Amino acid sequence: MQTSTAAAHDTIAAHDIPEARRTAGKWLITLATIALAAIAILQGFYAAGQTDIGFSNWRPVLYAYLAWGVALGVGQVMIRGEGGKRALFVLPAILFTVAVVIFPTVAGLYIAFTDWNLASFEGRSFNGLANFWALMNDGYFWNALRNMAYYVLAVLVQYAIAFGLAMLLNAEIRARKFFRVAFLMPFMLSPVAVGWMVGKSLMEYRFGPAATLARFLGWENPAFFASPWIARFSIMAMDAWVWIPFVMILLLAGLQALPKEILEAAKVDGASPWRSFWQIIFPLMLPVSITAIIIRIIFQLKLADIVITVTSGGPGGATDTVSSFIFREYRDRSNVGYGTMVAEFYFILIALFVALLLWGSSRWMKRVTG
Amino acid sequence: MATIMKAQSGMATRSKPYTYREPQSEFASNTKRIAAKVAIYGLLLLWTFIALFPIYWTITTSFKVAVDVTQGHLIPWVDYTPDWRGWRSIGLSPDTIFNTSTVREEFMKRFLNSAIMAIGASLLAVVLGSLAAYGLVRFDYKFAIWRNRDISFFFLSQLILPPVVLAMPFLVLYKELALLDTRIGLIVVYTLMVLPIVIWIMRDQFRGIPVELEQAALVDGCSTWGAFLRIVLPISLPGMVAAFILSVVLCWNEYFFAALLTSTNANTLPVMVASQTGSQGINWWSMAALSTAAIAPLAIVGIFLERYIVKGLTAGAVK
Repeated sequence: MQTSTAAAHDTIAAHDIPEARRTAGKWLITLATIALAAIAILQGFYAAGQTDIGFSNWRPVLYAYLAWGVALGVGQVMIRGEGGKRALFVLPAILFTVAVVIFPTVAGLYIAFTDWNLASFEGRSFNGLANFWALMNDGYFWNALRNMAYYVLAVLVQYAIAFGLAMLLNAEIRARKFFRVAFLMPFMLSPVAVGWMVGKSLMEYRFGPAATLARFLGWENPAFFASPWIARFSIMAMDAWVWIPFVMILLLAGLQALPKEILEAAKVDGASPWRSFWQIIFPLMLPVSITAIIIRIIFQLKLADIVITVTSGGPGGATDTVSSFIFREYRDRSNVGYGTMVAEFYFILIALFVALLLWGSSRWMKRVTG
Repeated sequence: MATIMKAQSGMATRSKPYTYREPQSEFASNTKRIAAKVAIYGLLLLWTFIALFPIYWTITTSFKVAVDVTQGHLIPWVDYTPDWRGWRSIGLSPDTIFNTSTVREEFMKRFLNSAIMAIGASLLAVVLGSLAAYGLVRFDYKFAIWRNRDISFFFLSQLILPPVVLAMPFLVLYKELALLDTRIGLIVVYTLMVLPIVIWIMRDQFRGIPVELEQAALVDGCSTWGAFLRIVLPISLPGMVAAFILSVVLCWNEYFFAALLTSTNANTLPVMVASQTGSQGINWWSMAALSTAAIAPLAIVGIFLERYIVKGLTAGAVK
């Protein structure tokens, strides 16, 4: 990745910087850091009631952080010249992400160990591991987690359908552009709107066309959200409707990138379409497939909007996802401390799960291709 | 993969493809081909129906009255007469569009909020993300023990972070910063949400640009930033547009943070739609009108900018 000319440029530039400029740069960064720390500490004391001097909220600290970021960037250029200018490319994004992720994660860990309900007057109090033990014994959470396993498995079905659709779009057809736009359309819609459009009206028990069709086909009592498994399948169907286009587009790109000669040769050799699919297309598509499935699983682990708007987790928690469970914990019960503990615990679980998935898939790919 | 290797080596030995066809199978293969065509178009049309029917249903329902809903009418002008009732209820029908309507004002406010936040967050993410992606592709960094791989992983790993983990800390943080229920607050959250995707797309885009272009610019006396702004940026514009549009789609549809971090001022459209779905009556026409209005902008984006969405989605997927 490193360009050799640029590297030579770099070493020259580093020597060109006068000592005075470097010192000034170091001073700038030091002073900015001291100023930021001073403002933060001052505001901290004020918030804790130790001093009378301070701001009405923490926003000045935010401005101080922004100013500190600018000073850091300028200081980098002053100290390191060309190297500093290069750092400026990636520095804004790093400072942004660190500020909006690190702080909330640390704060989240603190909240997770407190007993804090917005609806009660007592405010927050540290209660150690009590939330954690409550979580271990919370049947609703484990139920939601089990549902997540079902929803993740449903991704494989979505993948199979999406593969079929991608094959159809990749065939020699007219009006390919029209079909592609039509197939992509569900992906553009907000899950909340889909929740109403499909879940609350199309699949409505009395007047929805889906219910009418089901009655016509002989299902006498088409209640899509009454019994646990049917409700779960209904949610999965809606989720699939939204997300199949995404997987399909990825697979279609993979199909279009396949080397044409191999496919032609297979046809000439007289291989049946079925055989050439399993022996040639499917194995060649494995890398794209793995990428698509992993990205899709990562998104699936956040599934919430449709469940929140259509079933609120019912009936009896059958369609609950962990995210929608926590959402209700926040929204309906104002149970901030416990909800955050569940969220942090879930985050650790899925981080481990995704890491395992990435590790396993890369090993497996190596074995298959190697 | 081993099978392909075998297939390839098999083909290598039989390098001349032969085009021999048995005479008696001419007719059979013709009918077979027609059958295959019928099957392909049949399946394509079936899925087109599945993909578009809910949208058709929503749009037509917005022109129905109670009796059309309960009797399950489907086709306007054929089995029911379209009526503006649904649109009237949100103040967007022809006869109410010039009158004052509190519902329409509410709708327009949220529509504007959604638009400003989606576009603002996407712009911010594209600027931050493009710069970072370019740096990560072209230079070797070393911040303490962090190298390019680690920085990239740090950015992309944000994709795994579920919104529920950040929601409460953000609530606390924003309360202290007086950013709760403000547009800028939500813009920051959305930027964080789409930044990994933008970096992913732009990394792929910059990798496709030959280094020689920048080297030539450097030789001509351009600085690193000059080469980036004058040479690289114009070439990578399609990727940036793709990243921007995909970000707008994701931000426009976001519900979770919007529901938790806003109350009256900075509410977005999905929150409005969700708050209306609670009512279980058959007041479907106004819900349908609201949903139609909420999905219309993205449906239009989907029709006219589909190319860019596909480009954004497939970045990095195919090597």
